[in-house]
Amino acid sequence: MREVVAKKITDTVKKLCVEATTSLPEDVTGALNKALAKETSPTGREIIRQLINNSKTAWREKLPICQDTGLAIIFLEVGQDVAIINGVLEEAINEGVSRGYAQLRKSVAKDPLRRKNSGDNTPAIIHTKIVPGENIKLSLMAKGGGAENCSAVKMFNPNSRKGEISEFILDTVKNAGPNACPPMIVGVGIGGSFDYAPIIAKKALFREIGMHNSEKNMADWEKELLDKTNKTGIGPMGMGGKITALAVNIEKRPCHISSLPVAINIECHAHRVKHAEI
Amino acid sequence: MPKSKSKLIKLKAPLTDKDVKSLKAGDKVLISGIIYTARDAAHRIFQNKPPFKTEGAILYYASPTPTPKGKIIGSIGPTTSTRMDPFTPALLKQGVKITIGKGRRGKEVITAMKKYKAAYMVVPGGTAALMSRHIKKSTVIAYPDLGSEAILALDVVDFPAIVAIDSKGKDLFEQGRKKYASK
Repeated sequence: MREVVAKKITDTVKKLCVEATTSLPEDVTGALNKALAKETSPTGREIIRQLINNSKTAWREKLPICQDTGLAIIFLEVGQDVAIINGVLEEAINEGVSRGYAQLRKSVAKDPLRRKNSGDNTPAIIHTKIVPGENIKLSLMAKGGGAENCSAVKMFNPNSRKGEISEFILDTVKNAGPNACPPMIVGVGIGGSFDYAPIIAKKALFREIGMHNSEKNMADWEKELLDKTNKTGIGPMGMGGKITALAVNIEKRPCHISSLPVAINIECHAHRVKHAEI
Repeated sequence: MPKSKSKLIKLKAPLTDKDVKSLKAGDKVLISGIIYTARDAAHRIFQNKPPFKTEGAILYYASPTPTPKGKIIGSIGPTTSTRMDPFTPALLKQGVKITIGKGRRGKEVITAMKKYKAAYMVVPGGTAALMSRHIKKSTVIAYPDLGSEAILALDVVDFPAIVAIDSKGKDLFEQGRKKYASK
């Protein structure tokens, strides 16, 4: 049994929060540079250029990329041969978020109806999976509220055609439009249950831009949907253009014989994710 | 905005009807003077009685990250304007001339913009680190207990924005989408 001190988890989460919100991952900057080459709208090109400059300024001046430094969403994989000592796992994570967000914006309402700010950006949303081994893997996403609000979930009839699912995805993208800070990233979760499909969709967002589903027909579907999304004309920040999304990532899981849940999680271009392993 | 310097329009707050009427969807502007920030929590409190002079005012839907040591303000980009739609017509009626944010505006807001001669501008969402460079001074004028959602008076110089919907109701989002859509 390997022992991990809770403080080690706190320190790791703190570091992830700061790094994720001030530096854009390479796959995102790479995708923005490619988008700049493809975009034909002058305004669209100017916006993409600003997004690239902004990420450089943020990195240089240690400023957050976006003022919405997000809700901290953490996917946690805990090896079953790990014992956490001198603290409680969830508390250690939230302590890390609280410390990491000291110089970031606090964007959590403590009560969804009373709307008072929790003051330290906690609690984080934590999804934990127990896995073999003696390591702890943490994947953090600083998720902005504007794009999250454009997400959707629908329970399909299992006999629905694939085209109907495509239509739901494209309608969700069109409804999101300028509000989602395009160029967006579209995470799609198919299967599972009413609660699990959105988690699959969120996990799909963690996939590196440019990587496709390992099943060939799924990869082809992702490419087809990305192409159709970019033909909507929505463009960077919704002001018209050829680049509306940087990626469409689809993941599947088994589901009930009566069900076909489909969830779409919309992410903005400020796609802030970071990983760590303890 | 390097390639279109000739088309930049300079605006100084507070604004007049004349300033706004000449603006067209797609115009690029540089704003100087005072702009006020307000988002969800502030709107919920003030409803149709904002704690600043509305005549000619510019309202920015934003709330910054904490101010780093030695800086004037943290990152301060726009939030989604659509959520403020229920409150906007009453504010335009009282003389607010420009709202700035990101994303669409509802039908009622556009109708009120035409009626009261107001414009809606956007700054690209997620360029928060760049926007903070145009702010020379930031003062909390109301609701300090709201933290980042407090109302700020920002003294700005050449703050860049794009007219998304003008006072005639022309909508850059609709125009742009139609121009670049393909089968």
